[in-house]
Amino acid sequence: MGRSIYLLVRTRAGLTWLVLVAATLLLFLVGVEHRTSAVVLLAISAIKVRLIGLDFMELRCAPTALRVIFESYCAVLWAALSGLYLWL
Amino acid sequence: MITTSTSPLAAKRNVPGELGTWVFLFGDMLVFGAFFATFMVERSKAPGVFDAASKTLHAGVGLTNTLVLLFSSLCVVVAIKAMRLGAMPIVRLALPMAMACGLIFIGLKAFEYTSMVVSGHGVGANHFYLYYFVLTGLHLFHLCIGVVVLALMLTQAGRPDLGPTRMAVVEGGACFWHLVDLLWVVLFALLYLVS
Repeated sequence: MGRSIYLLVRTRAGLTWLVLVAATLLLFLVGVEHRTSAVVLLAISAIKVRLIGLDFMELRCAPTALRVIFESYCAVLWAALSGLYLWL
Repeated sequence: MITTSTSPLAAKRNVPGELGTWVFLFGDMLVFGAFFATFMVERSKAPGVFDAASKTLHAGVGLTNTLVLLFSSLCVVVAIKAMRLGAMPIVRLALPMAMACGLIFIGLKAFEYTSMVVSGHGVGANHFYLYYFVLTGLHLFHLCIGVVVLALMLTQAGRPDLGPTRMAVVEGGACFWHLVDLLWVVLFALLYLVS
């Protein structure tokens, strides 16, 4: 069973998981230790959300309309939250 | 033996789960998006208060919860792939692991809530804590539903052959769990890190 699990993890989704863990640790380091700009923190978070959607929710292989709606959500969320942070 | 080659059928562009599930998921994402925006508006009214309050949170617990949810998502991804291939023993291992991660998240949140209330940072302390409890409470409610959904998905692992309809329902359940994960990713940044 161990080899079977290895084969199931050794996919794009497995690679994405590694990237997400690395991005989370980076986010924590730059956010807590160095108090980095909120716009950068929110951008990294939006990219993480996008990766979860594309590779965990399998939207990468979904019909274009579904994928466009999801990716637009990520972009609008980042733009709206960053805009509110910067201009209010 | 498991092979990971992609068949022409698998390569076809398919909606993960059912279309109705996505209407619900996008609706939920929009509602949370509105909450996130409201939080930023409230934050702009008293940035000093929000920053000071944010620093009193257990950032290490927030980080641990994020990693726990990411691992649970990987377990669900593995479970879905195994289910498609009929490798039910893997499903029966991966889904309980994902559920255990959910329970760890709930336990850590309970610890966090308790220690905050004990140290005088309850719901009524200021607007930051009000939003913290409302947003994380709503997310925790989703997570509890997600654990039940995972348990229901596990009941399907006993079936020798899942039809396309049942498989779509199971995929929808998996997408709901990933939604719980992605909402936490934004909450972690907004509540614990943005200053």
